[in-house]
Amino acid sequence: MTKIDYEKVGALIGIEVHQQLDTRTKLFCSCPTKIREDDPEFTFIRRLRPTQSELGEVDPAALFEFQRGRVHIYENYDDSICLVEQDEEPPHLLDEEAVDFALEISLLMNSQPVDEIQIMRKLVIDGSNTTGFQRSVVVAFGGSIDVNGFTVPIQTIGVEEDAARKIRENGSQTYWRLDRLGIPLIEVATAPVMKTPQQVLDTALRIGQIFRVTGKVKRGLGTIRQDINVSVKGGAIIEIKGVQKLNLIGQVVEYEVQRQLQLLKIRDELKERGVRSGQIKSMAHDVTSLFEKSSSKVIQSALKRKEGVYALVLPGFAGMVGREVQPGRRLGSELADYAKFWGGVQGLFHTDELPNYGITSVEVTALQKYLKAQDVDAIIIVAATETASKEALKAVADRARQALKCVPDETRGPLIDGTTRYSRPRPGAARMYPETDVAPVAVTQERLERIRQGLPELPEEKLQKFREEYHLSDELAGIMIRSLRIDLFEHIITQHPELAVTVAAALESTWRNLEREGVDVEGIPEEQIALLFDRLAADQFAKEAIEELLIWLAQHPEKTVDDAVVDLGLGVISHSELKGIIDQIVKANAAMVAERGERAVGPLMGLVMKEVRGRADGKLVNKLLQDAVKTQMKS
Amino acid sequence: MPSEEPAGYLGKAQKTLEKAKVQIGDRISIQTLDNTFEGIVIPRAEIGADDQHIVLKLDSGYNVGIHVDRIQQLKHLQSGKIIEPELPAVPRKTKKGLPWVSILSTGGTIASRVDYHTGAVNPALSADDLYTVVPELGDLANIRADVLFSEFSENLTPNHWTTIAKQTAKHLEESEGVVIAHGTDTMGYTAAALSFALQNLPRPVILTGSQRSSDRPSSDAALNLMGAVITAYQAPFAEVVVAMHRSPDDTKIALHPGTQVRKCHTSRRDAFLTINADLLGEVSDGKVHMLVDDSAYRHRNSKRKLTLQPEFDTKVALLKTTPGMTGDLIDSLIDRGYHGIVLEGTGLGHAPASLLKAIERTQEEQIPIIMTSQCIWGRVQMRVYRTGVELVQRGVISAEDMIAETAYVKLMWILAQTRDINEVQTRMRANLVGEITECSKRSQYEEMSHL
Repeated sequence: MTKIDYEKVGALIGIEVHQQLDTRTKLFCSCPTKIREDDPEFTFIRRLRPTQSELGEVDPAALFEFQRGRVHIYENYDDSICLVEQDEEPPHLLDEEAVDFALEISLLMNSQPVDEIQIMRKLVIDGSNTTGFQRSVVVAFGGSIDVNGFTVPIQTIGVEEDAARKIRENGSQTYWRLDRLGIPLIEVATAPVMKTPQQVLDTALRIGQIFRVTGKVKRGLGTIRQDINVSVKGGAIIEIKGVQKLNLIGQVVEYEVQRQLQLLKIRDELKERGVRSGQIKSMAHDVTSLFEKSSSKVIQSALKRKEGVYALVLPGFAGMVGREVQPGRRLGSELADYAKFWGGVQGLFHTDELPNYGITSVEVTALQKYLKAQDVDAIIIVAATETASKEALKAVADRARQALKCVPDETRGPLIDGTTRYSRPRPGAARMYPETDVAPVAVTQERLERIRQGLPELPEEKLQKFREEYHLSDELAGIMIRSLRIDLFEHIITQHPELAVTVAAALESTWRNLEREGVDVEGIPEEQIALLFDRLAADQFAKEAIEELLIWLAQHPEKTVDDAVVDLGLGVISHSELKGIIDQIVKANAAMVAERGERAVGPLMGLVMKEVRGRADGKLVNKLLQDAVKTQMKS
Repeated sequence: MPSEEPAGYLGKAQKTLEKAKVQIGDRISIQTLDNTFEGIVIPRAEIGADDQHIVLKLDSGYNVGIHVDRIQQLKHLQSGKIIEPELPAVPRKTKKGLPWVSILSTGGTIASRVDYHTGAVNPALSADDLYTVVPELGDLANIRADVLFSEFSENLTPNHWTTIAKQTAKHLEESEGVVIAHGTDTMGYTAAALSFALQNLPRPVILTGSQRSSDRPSSDAALNLMGAVITAYQAPFAEVVVAMHRSPDDTKIALHPGTQVRKCHTSRRDAFLTINADLLGEVSDGKVHMLVDDSAYRHRNSKRKLTLQPEFDTKVALLKTTPGMTGDLIDSLIDRGYHGIVLEGTGLGHAPASLLKAIERTQEEQIPIIMTSQCIWGRVQMRVYRTGVELVQRGVISAEDMIAETAYVKLMWILAQTRDINEVQTRMRANLVGEITECSKRSQYEEMSHL
C-alpha cells in the first residue's frame, strides 16, 4: 500500500499509558503485588450480571455475554490473595504509596493534583474484575510533557486497579488468575494531538522514561500497556486497548489509519455501485443440502456434529469482502470478527475467496443459483448450529450495513503483527459511580510539599549527571537515559561510581546483543546483576568476563554470581602467573616477533586473551605483553 | 433527589452551596487558582467525608472533590433535572401455569439499581421493579410483591417481627410460598422469630438477602432471590428457612433451618451456617435438592391450618459473660424490670462465681435465666463442673444446643404468653419447632465449618 500522508488524512492520536507500580501492597488490600506461575491452590466460580442504569441501559455486549451463560472461574493462592480480591470482603483504604507515586508523576508533568481524590467504580463485566467494576481514581488534571520539542498536553493522571489475568477460555468458561488483580496501575492520558506513528512512539517512550526515573515501577513484559485512540478525518475514534510492546505502537497506529482509510474507500465504492442499507437482509438461509458431500473439512466436521451450513447474501459486495484493509486482513476478517463475537462461530467463508478450502466451484455455482445471487453479490457461509449461525449472520449483516455508512465505533485489540481485531463495541459514556466502601482522600498542601521535596531528577538533569559525574560518552549517556534498566544502573553506580562506563555498556550494548542472540537476560534476578558488579569491583574477575557471566546466569536463574565464577573457572590470575603465560606465548611466536617487531603485539594480544579471558584485565595484559615483546626483541 | 439541604454537606461546604443557591444535581462550574471544573453537584459520601470539599461529577464520569477555600468563582449553570428513576416497565402479565410466590420487602438492597447521575442506590421494590432487575423471576413464578418497611436489619425490632409474621400469614393463604427480603445482619433472629410465630405452616417461608449489594454486577442478590423463589414453590417442606449462598461460588444456594442458622462471617457470601443441625437442602440448576430424610421436616400441605402467635415480650436481654464481669449488669436488668435474661456463658455453659449473687436475686424475683454458650457449636451441659451445678441450683435453665440468638427470641415469645416460671422452664426446654436436637452429630460441626 502507498505511504500515508498523515497530515492530509487528518490523523489525530492520543494515548493512555498504564504502568504497574512496584508498591509493597495492592491498591485496596495488603496482598503483595506478585505474579505467580505455580499451580493455583483453589478456584471459585462466578457469574456477572449486567446492572441497569436509571435509563434502563445495559451494555449490550455485557448483556449478551451474560445471556450466553458465561461463567468465570477464578484461580487463587491462599498465601498471596485475600478475600478482597475474591470480592468477599470490602476494600481496605486506598494505598498511600500508590497515591504518593501518582502525585509525584503529576508534579513532574506539571499536572494539577485534585484537592480530594474520589474513588470511582467503572463497570467492566467481562470477568476481568471479580466485582464487575474497576476501582479508579483521577489524581490530577492538565499539565504537559515535552517530546523532542513538541508539547503534548496531558489530560488526566490517575491510578486504578489492574485486572485479573486471563489464563484460558474453555467454551463458555473463562479462567482468570487473581494474582494481578489489584496491583496499582498509574494511568497517564494525553490529549489526541499526535499526528504520526513516530510522535506516538516518542510520546510513549517519554512517558515511560518519566515513570522510570522515579524508580518505583515494575519492569518486564506486561507491566506497561498502552491504549491508543486513533481517528482520521471522516473516520471514527477507535480505541486499541492493551498494546504491550513499545515497538508495536508505530505499527498499530499506521495499520489503524490504513484500516480506516480503506474502509472509507470501500464505503465510497459501495455507494458508487448504488448499494443501499435496506438491501441487506439479515436472512440466514439453510444451505446444508448443497454441502452434504462437500470435501471442506470445516463443513464436514460441522455436519458430523449434526450442525448445518447457513448462508447470507450481501448484495453488491462482490470483490469488497476480499478487499484488504490491513496487511493480511480483509473486510471479510472484520465480518468474521463480528460473527465470532456475536455468534460464537469458529469463522466464515465468503465468495470472494472461493473456490478454496475444499469448497468447489460447482458448489459455489449451486449456492449462487439456490440463493438467486448475482455476480455482483457476495455470499457469506458459516457452518455451525442453527442458533449460532443465525446470530453470526445477523451480526455480519449489521456490520455490512455499517460498511455503507462509515467506520464503526469499536474497541479493538492488537494482534502480534500490529494489525487489530474487533474486541467489543465502544462503551457509551463511561458508566461510573462512587465506590462507597472507600472514603475519599484529601490531598493536603503538606503532602504535596513533602513530595515536591523528594522529586527525582528529570531525564535531562540525569543526562548531565551521567556525562559529567560518571564520564559516560554523550551517546552512552543518551542510551542509558532511555534504558529500561536505568534504575538498576543508578543503583549499581552509586555503589561503584568508577565502574559507570562498564556498567552502562554491560546493561545496554552487551545486554541487547545477548537478547538478540536469544539469551534470556531479562530472567536474571536483579540482585545477581548488582552482585556481579560488586564482585568485579573486588577484582574477583576481569570485566571481559561479564558477557560470559550474564550468559551463565541467564541459563541458571536460580544460581548466584559466585556459583558462576566457580563453574566458569574465572577468578583473576596472579601477576606472576600471567607473566608466565605471556612469556610462553611470546617465546612460542619468536619468529613473528623477529619479523614484525612491536607490531607483533596486536596478533599476540589475541592469543593471550584467548588464554586468560575473564581472568586478567586487558590493559594489564597489553602492558605486560609489550614489555615481553621488547625483551624478546632485545634477546 | 429533590432536597432543600444539599445531601451530606455540612459546615463550610454546605454554606458555600447554599450561598450560591446550588442544589444536588445542579450543573455548576468552579474556578480555582489553577483549574476550572464543570460538572454536576453530587451528594457527599456519608462516611468519612469532611465539611471542606464539594464533589462534582465531571462529564468523563469521574468525581472530583474541590476544597472550598480554593474556590475563586462558582457559577450556577443549570438546575438539575430531577430524575425519578424510571425503568422501562416490563409489562406484568400473569402467566398461566406459573405458580404464585409472594416477595415481602423489609429493607436491604436485595434488588436495587444505581442512579449514575448521583451515585445513589435506589431499592427496587415493586413487582415490576423486581421483574426488570431480575428478569428471570418472570419465567419462574408470578410475583406478588409487598413492601412492609424499608429498614436496615440492625434497626428491626420485635414489633417488626410481629408485622412480618402477620403479613406472611396473609400471603400464605394465596401464594405457594412467601419470600422475605431481609438485611443479613439480623436475618437469623427474624428467621427464629417467624419459626415460633408461624407454627403449623402449610407452605414454606424463605428469608433471603445479599452480602454484596445488588447494584454491583457481582452481587449475590439475584441468585439468592431466585433460589428463594424456586424454594417457595418447589420445596417439599413447609418450614421457615434462610436461603443464601452455599459457598463463594455462584452455583448453589443453601437452605438453612430457621431456628439453627447464624451469620458467622462479616462479609463472605456464604456467611450463614447451619449450627448444631443438618443443612435442609440446596438449590442448584433451578431445582431444590433435599439433604435430609423425608421425616426430618414438615411436608407442604396447603390445607393445613396455620397457627399464628406473633407476639414477643421485649423486656428480655441477651448478655455475654466475660472474665472479670460482676453482677452489676444483671442487677441493673432486675432493677429495670426485665422479664427474662439469656446468658451467653463460656464453655459448657459457665458463668463467673461473681455473678452468683445477682443470679440468686433473679430466682427470688422469678425472672427466668437461660444459659447458652458462646462457643456457638455444641450443647450446654451444666452438670459436668461445679460451676454449672451451682448455676442449676440457682434456677438457671439450660438452652441445650440452641444458639443464643434463638434462645433469646424463644424466651421473648414464651414470655409474651406466660410469666409463670415453671411454665417458662418447661417450654424453654421443649423442642417446639426444631430449635433443639436430641443428638449432636459429628458432621454438624466439621461440615458446616468447612473443615
